[in-house]
Amino acid sequence: MSKEVMEYDAVIVGGGPSGLATAIKLKQLDSNLNICLLEKGSEIGAHILSGNVFETKALDELIPNWKELNSPVKTKVTKEKFLFLGRHKSLSWPTWLLPSVQKNHKNYIISLANLCRWLAEQAEKLGVEIFPGFPASEIIYNQDGSVKGIATQDMGVDKDGNKKDSYQPGMELYAKVTVFAEGCRGHLGKQLIKKFNLDEGKNPQQYGIGFKEIWEISEKNHQEGLVMHTAGWPLDNNTYGGSFVYHAENKQIFLGYVIGLDYKNPHLSPFDEFQRFKTHPAIKKIIEGGKRISYGARALIEGGIQSLPKMFMPGALLVGCNAGTLNMPKIKGSHTAMKSGIIAAETINEHIKENKDLSIYEEKFKRSWAYKELYAARNIKPSFGWGLIPGIIFTGIDQILFRGKLPFTLKHKHADHETLKSANKMPKIDYPKYDNIITFDKTSSVYLTGTNHAENQPVHLKLTNPNLPIDYTLDKFDEPAQRYCPVGVYEIQRENNKAKFVINSQNCIHCKTCDIKEPSQNINWVTPEGGGGPKYGNM
Amino acid sequence: MKILVAVKRVIDYNVQVRVKEDNSGVVTENIKMSTNPPDDNAVEEAVKIKESGKVKEVIAVTVGEEKAQETVRKALAVGVDRGIHVKSEGILEPLAVSKILQKIVEKEKPDLVFMGKQAIDDDCNQTGQMLAALLNWPQATFASKIVVKDKSLEVTREIDEGLETIEVNIPSVITCDLRLNEPRYASLPNIMKAKKKPLEQINVADLGVDTKPRIEQIKVEEPPKRKSGIKVANVAELVQKLKNEAKVI
Repeated sequence: MSKEVMEYDAVIVGGGPSGLATAIKLKQLDSNLNICLLEKGSEIGAHILSGNVFETKALDELIPNWKELNSPVKTKVTKEKFLFLGRHKSLSWPTWLLPSVQKNHKNYIISLANLCRWLAEQAEKLGVEIFPGFPASEIIYNQDGSVKGIATQDMGVDKDGNKKDSYQPGMELYAKVTVFAEGCRGHLGKQLIKKFNLDEGKNPQQYGIGFKEIWEISEKNHQEGLVMHTAGWPLDNNTYGGSFVYHAENKQIFLGYVIGLDYKNPHLSPFDEFQRFKTHPAIKKIIEGGKRISYGARALIEGGIQSLPKMFMPGALLVGCNAGTLNMPKIKGSHTAMKSGIIAAETINEHIKENKDLSIYEEKFKRSWAYKELYAARNIKPSFGWGLIPGIIFTGIDQILFRGKLPFTLKHKHADHETLKSANKMPKIDYPKYDNIITFDKTSSVYLTGTNHAENQPVHLKLTNPNLPIDYTLDKFDEPAQRYCPVGVYEIQRENNKAKFVINSQNCIHCKTCDIKEPSQNINWVTPEGGGGPKYGNM
Repeated sequence: MKILVAVKRVIDYNVQVRVKEDNSGVVTENIKMSTNPPDDNAVEEAVKIKESGKVKEVIAVTVGEEKAQETVRKALAVGVDRGIHVKSEGILEPLAVSKILQKIVEKEKPDLVFMGKQAIDDDCNQTGQMLAALLNWPQATFASKIVVKDKSLEVTREIDEGLETIEVNIPSVITCDLRLNEPRYASLPNIMKAKKKPLEQINVADLGVDTKPRIEQIKVEEPPKRKSGIKVANVAELVQKLKNEAKVI
């Protein structure tokens, strides 16, 4: 059955900072353009999770009077700290010795979800049609192979693929240019990168998994505007990662942990590293007596320009972290994502009006400040492949002495799914029990995300080979999906000495970690029914 | 015939509700809000009856702050013809809402009023009943099946003893159970069309209704946390613990 069709000048897939910036800029350039933005979450912001210390550079360009428009960018960074953690001790690193990319004195502590909600209001005022609850599930191609648009997901299909009474077929949305703004590891972006060989000649993309909790803490421990980062414990020197503690308004702190998904030990549980991190005396004393009010996790891009794919193809553009514009050493990506969206909008406008080729997008991007800062930061993440201490020493030389201008570029050698070593060759990690005060289990954590998927729908985590988890991955890697999934979607259940691989897909918070880290790339994340997934508040 | 459906904007049922630190209520800022789930069933049933040809017009009404009109827009996107938004700030008690709805009924003269059996935020389960009393109309609550007859409705209600079937004359007030039907999804084109359907805004002050609260809320607290369980070794230990510690036998 052919689907109903709607046509637009531009269709944008994803309501994060890059997609919304694209939409707003397009309408600013020409208010007559028909722009449609789709979001898989039940509302804009529902699937947004970020630290976030926000640099306003791109927002200043997009909406210069944002301060007058009651934007949720309010809490200025007032103080910074950097701690090296040992098991019991901590060492404060003088901030004057931090590379300038890690200085935040002009930035703001924000909730990116709230910023996106506000950006969506601005976009709607300009006439952008925003549809939350409608995932783009499929790419539609023209006969010449160029991207024609996307199709939205059918609603009301049961777990076996049959139509329910509530069945509502998806639609096809065609556009002069389709913009993919799905964020890190977008499931359509992944297909496009493969089909158009966009990553040809690039290093394998690098990812991390980021956790975030919001805590309401006692007044005496709260210092609004304080930004603190840590490195070291509980991770060993060969695992890339660190924490953030941002003191936001209303006595809240944003507490998080990022671990590079190139970790080698299959016994490592990123979730448990984060929980354990909170028991360090330097952290515990901040949150003690407080209350955890939110939890979430999301994969993020760490590859930088070495792994940045070509961002254009016939009929379509990749923006933000669907391409990979995050600046990892800076621990920021919202500003570069928005900048890529602004440039994409300028490109689309010139493409429509003057028939210019979409390749000008990448030329413009390479001339922008966003690319310059990604270039300067390019060698930091790969240098940590030598271990924490050499990485820090190199970073000091690279950033403080040479300001990112060393005449060589270090490479990312492996994709994250290739880095795991055999389970029997790596040490098991004995994680402490959860105390339900400072540390919590996955079940009570997923509860805080408000995650739900309509019952009786097809499983949206597809196994290419359904037998592989038990026949191979369990034996070889002790099935790491049990540990890398931040909400316990994957379980090994044993009955009568027979192991069974269970997928609790209704708990999925759309972080995409499984799609990235599964050693055989056997798990494919596809869009569930619209509106499913987490319902994050001010994450 | 004409049906008026009342819809309420509440905190989404998936969201874990959090009590404000000063115990004055629950946190609603930056939280996903949705239509009260049984109100969706009321909308669905009204639209179904309209599609069967027995009803000419379905009107959706909501009472609340500016953003409450999202619930009316959602109803418009699944087949409701037009909407009314009565603007008001702050918490309204069921009696005040009933009085507001009474005014809307007097103005619109519907033959039937549908709404959810109760709202999932305050769980009052009073508005439909109070409205029926104010209008002096018959009521059927907890409807799990509705059959439209000539001048009456046959309504099946789920009660403790089983299923009760009653007949109510038209006009009447019906409150709907979750089991009544499965609400449909709004399609993209219908959401767009819904943006162009008429939505009238009325200030609550213009209705001349006394909305003053009759109840003083002292404080809101979280329910006590359940203590984690323990495993016992045998039946004897269980009996001993039930007797001496839990003191239930």
